[in-house]
Amino acid sequence: MTQENKLIIPDRLRSPLEQRLKSWESLLMLVAITIFVANSFASPYFLNAWNLSDATFNFTEKAMIAFAMALLIISGEIDLSVASIIALASTAMGAAAQVGIGTEGLILVGLTVGLMCGATNGVLVTRFGLPSIVVTIGTMSLFRGISFIILGDQAYRGYPQDFAYFGQGYLWWVISFEFILFIILAIVYGIILHMTNFGRAVYAIGNNPTGALFSGIRVNRVKFILFLLTGLMSGVAAICLTSRLGSTRPSIAFGWELEIVTMVVLGGVNILGGSGSIPGVLIAAFVMGLVTFGLGLLNVPGIVMSIVIGALLISVIALPRLWSVWRT
Amino acid sequence: MNAGKFTNTLQEESPSIELTGITKTFPGVRALSEVSLKLYPGKVTALVGENGAGKSTVVKVLTGIYQPDAGKILLENKPVKFFTPQIAETNGVTAIHQETVLFDELSVAENIFLGHEPKGRFGLIDRSVMFARSEEILNEIGANIDPKAILKDLGTANKHLVAISRALSIDARVVIMDEPTAALSQKEIDELYDLIETLKSQDKAILFISHKFNEIFRIADFYTVYRDGQMVGAGEIDDVSEPELVKLMVGRDVNQIFPARERKIGERVLEVVGYEHPTEFSEIDFNLRRGEILGFYGLVGAGRSELMQALFGITKTSDGSIKIDGAMASIRSPADAVDNGIVYVPEDRGKQGAIGALPIFQNVTLPSLSKTSQNGFIKLAEEFKLAREYSERLDLRAASLDTDVGNLSGGNQQKVVIAKWLATKPKVIILDEPTKGIDIGSKAAVHEFMAELAAQGLAVIMVSSEIPEIVGMSDRAIVMREGRIVAELSQLEITPESLVSYAAGIREYVT
Amino acid sequence: MRRLIASREALLLLAIAIVLGIIASRFPAFITPTNLASVFNDTSPLILLAIGQMIVILTKCIDLSVAANLALTGMVVSLVNIAIPDMPIIFTMLIAISFGTVLGMFNGVLVWKLDIPPIVVTLGTMTIFRGIIFLLTEGKWVNSHEMSDKFKAFPRADILGMPVLSWIAIIVVILFMIVMSRTKLGRAFYAAGGNPHAATYAGINVGRTQFWAFTISGALAGLTGYLWVSRFAVAYVDVAAGFELTVVAACVIGGVSIMGGIGTVHGALLGALFLGIIANALPVVNISPFWQMAISGSAIIIAVVLNAQANRVKGRIILKRAEQAT
Repeated sequence: MTQENKLIIPDRLRSPLEQRLKSWESLLMLVAITIFVANSFASPYFLNAWNLSDATFNFTEKAMIAFAMALLIISGEIDLSVASIIALASTAMGAAAQVGIGTEGLILVGLTVGLMCGATNGVLVTRFGLPSIVVTIGTMSLFRGISFIILGDQAYRGYPQDFAYFGQGYLWWVISFEFILFIILAIVYGIILHMTNFGRAVYAIGNNPTGALFSGIRVNRVKFILFLLTGLMSGVAAICLTSRLGSTRPSIAFGWELEIVTMVVLGGVNILGGSGSIPGVLIAAFVMGLVTFGLGLLNVPGIVMSIVIGALLISVIALPRLWSVWRT
Repeated sequence: MNAGKFTNTLQEESPSIELTGITKTFPGVRALSEVSLKLYPGKVTALVGENGAGKSTVVKVLTGIYQPDAGKILLENKPVKFFTPQIAETNGVTAIHQETVLFDELSVAENIFLGHEPKGRFGLIDRSVMFARSEEILNEIGANIDPKAILKDLGTANKHLVAISRALSIDARVVIMDEPTAALSQKEIDELYDLIETLKSQDKAILFISHKFNEIFRIADFYTVYRDGQMVGAGEIDDVSEPELVKLMVGRDVNQIFPARERKIGERVLEVVGYEHPTEFSEIDFNLRRGEILGFYGLVGAGRSELMQALFGITKTSDGSIKIDGAMASIRSPADAVDNGIVYVPEDRGKQGAIGALPIFQNVTLPSLSKTSQNGFIKLAEEFKLAREYSERLDLRAASLDTDVGNLSGGNQQKVVIAKWLATKPKVIILDEPTKGIDIGSKAAVHEFMAELAAQGLAVIMVSSEIPEIVGMSDRAIVMREGRIVAELSQLEITPESLVSYAAGIREYVT
Repeated sequence: MRRLIASREALLLLAIAIVLGIIASRFPAFITPTNLASVFNDTSPLILLAIGQMIVILTKCIDLSVAANLALTGMVVSLVNIAIPDMPIIFTMLIAISFGTVLGMFNGVLVWKLDIPPIVVTLGTMTIFRGIIFLLTEGKWVNSHEMSDKFKAFPRADILGMPVLSWIAIIVVILFMIVMSRTKLGRAFYAAGGNPHAATYAGINVGRTQFWAFTISGALAGLTGYLWVSRFAVAYVDVAAGFELTVVAACVIGGVSIMGGIGTVHGALLGALFLGIIANALPVVNISPFWQMAISGSAIIIAVVLNAQANRVKGRIILKRAEQAT
């Protein structure tokens, strides 16, 4: 092969726009719009700014954790202890509030407990080389178990007045503080995953951990940071939720871990690691929120919504596979 | 290509099993194209071919793991279809596979009889019969292994004997041996030859796949040659010479030409002193200079890859130190190694080298992202620029830079891995079996490139099990045996004879 | 025999003996045969589910839908009981087992034929199964007075001094000890999880083996569903909520490797018993039952750390130190 006819390799074959249009996210967006339109026809109360604003509360806290969880799952790990971290962080904040610590202090307590729980998971997974699904099933019992030991069947109340802002405050008109925080976190995590070296490392590790290690990536360090971030987000969610409810029971946020994982998987993140996006998770959060809210307006009870969510989870993964099986 | 023209050279006895016109296509690859194969009772047929010639695929067709797209399998002249591995087994076709296909947590006897366990009362597995039969088979092949032992407690050689016993546990007519000697010592190989003689005397048809010509000429009765998924030759082994066989294999005379190069050996860049590992290697001392190609030769399992992975920070050493450009360096992870200018192109490209599901440009820039980013934020244009620069330098063939690496050929994947490392501007590049499993054309390109790198002042360590490669490329060669350096040869001392005799421990090195 | 002593199961047995010893030193009443039998009876549902879960985990899968399956099957047999109060118990059992089996098969098919990760499948079916209970009942409970006496009495019926519930657990344990060691399917579970690639070579269809694992897990969950609702004489949507994780915990404590291929029936049995003893002992030793969750969480973590140490793969040894010594 001579120099003249040396092959020039194009950067891309398909434009990024084309790729984006054919993506999971667009499909999900379509689903979201459909549900939105269907809801507005089904119930006259749907297209009401305050109703819509209220509806965001049932997914924003979960979604905050889901963003960090998405990174963790893309890297090939999972954290099932997130809801228990909320319980523990909330309990710690409640205990702190009892001894008269102010709002700033409570935030610090919530975030610190979240980070410590995340660090515990991270150490067990990266230092001891244990499978994260088992480790976090264990810490899930442990963290919530500690809350139960502390609280039993009691509850903490009596948080400072201004603490209520995080879960109940509005920045402007119907726009709640929580909703803005959720949007900011979506942007932050979107940037981390899609625009930084760290995010690239997350994808590389999820696709081929050995290959990533052999490419000079500090695999364990990245995974540890991801567990820390997930713990931290659980702490943030604990602050919002505790503030919103104004009380702490050990059963707080029970079962959330599975809803959060569902949100992440629905958002197109491969549960086996390696692929997924923050926009996907963001839209999935809206889809789940809209389904719950819409069905709620129609007086469909929560448990039935969970059928819809469960069926959605399986079918969004099954349908593309069924389609390819059927085609061949 | 008409396969039929070879058949007249074979004897007229009817084969135990015959494949005709077998075609197997995978997405994008035609692995087998109308190939034939005949195996005769009581005879050994050697299947010869380069990596990727279709040998493994044909084995998988024979054992029911793959279904051919076209063609027939005739078992004693009757057409059969092996829809599942079990059907192949019940028809008496059994294989000792290249990979370990055993189960660590099960007992030896369970490993031997998995899938065809002897049944006793109520259709339950009869364990006493299973253990007794296992003992018989193990004795038959001269293996002193307790059938009740758990497999993971066995050594490599014993595991291999279990694999053979497994193949013999069914009443086999056809025994397939896919590179059976790869992991064995000379003594174990001799025992295997005895075993093959026994099988021949029992009128079993044997398919023997090997890369080692001395073995083929020692035990085979017939040969069949595949090249690029086609059958290109078959006949009696006595009618063919080694060069003829090689020529059939590669499709031309092999007179491997290595690039001539001007040797500009510079100052010392790497110095390894007293490297120790509890189980893998010991007393490792050597140094490396700029512009030098240092060959590492040894038999499989001599500890070369383990040593290289220690230099690269994957394996932890128990003692020893390493100096780069005269300064002590601490390497505890591959990231440290890359920071210190040491990079490693692994033998196992699929698992360790490239990240198959990521596009080319992301693979190339993975270790040098700090160069294409600002404060941790990726600058995509810079990234593509860097990826393009090194992809073009290596003459990479791909549809676009955002093609997933997993869709490239082995040779091009290797280029991506090398490009990835060159983009980090390393001082020392370690190439572990750089041409293994890639076609002859790409091989020459890799050799040429290696010479070019050395000429540019890079220090190259080349681990290779191919003697011509070591002889043709190295400025200096180190021979390892059982985890130790047993010889260090200057360029003039590097001969096929010296390499082999030091590696096998026939000759002791005297400084 | 020596291997048995060194095994994880033996270690766990030792741990159980120590726990019992400590409790007995202060509360000897706890280790009377009557009390131990009652602890075993309490633990029986967990044992049944843990065996099914163990088989699923052996094949590199996980079944998070077992508790939901239990609740749904329990509700179905309760409703059947309301409709036909006089139906012989044997039919109730058959309905429970077959219904649970069908639910398990549904999981299995999705894993086998569509290759959907088991955690996703069972996460989905878990919510679906519980949702179906709601659809069947509109959230109403089936209470004790609606169930026929026969229906409620069966698990408590006394045979040779032990309730039927305990006997069923014992029979299932023995049955699966035989299945796992003496049938092709039993060996296939180990092979498919231990080395799926090699299992294919040995003629084992890995997907189908996983399907059977889910089927068995479903059948046992269904059986347990009936036993559970009749024993507690109540059926509602949230029966055994969150119990799936206790079941996984019993397996992990019992030495079942989440990576597949390692685990035994007696391991799962001991893991379940360990959790059962802790749960029953806490009130006796005057520790608040609120400690139970944290204790089982710690037990899981300790067990998985120990298992990982025990399973560390021994590397190939290249150096021949012995030669060097001479």
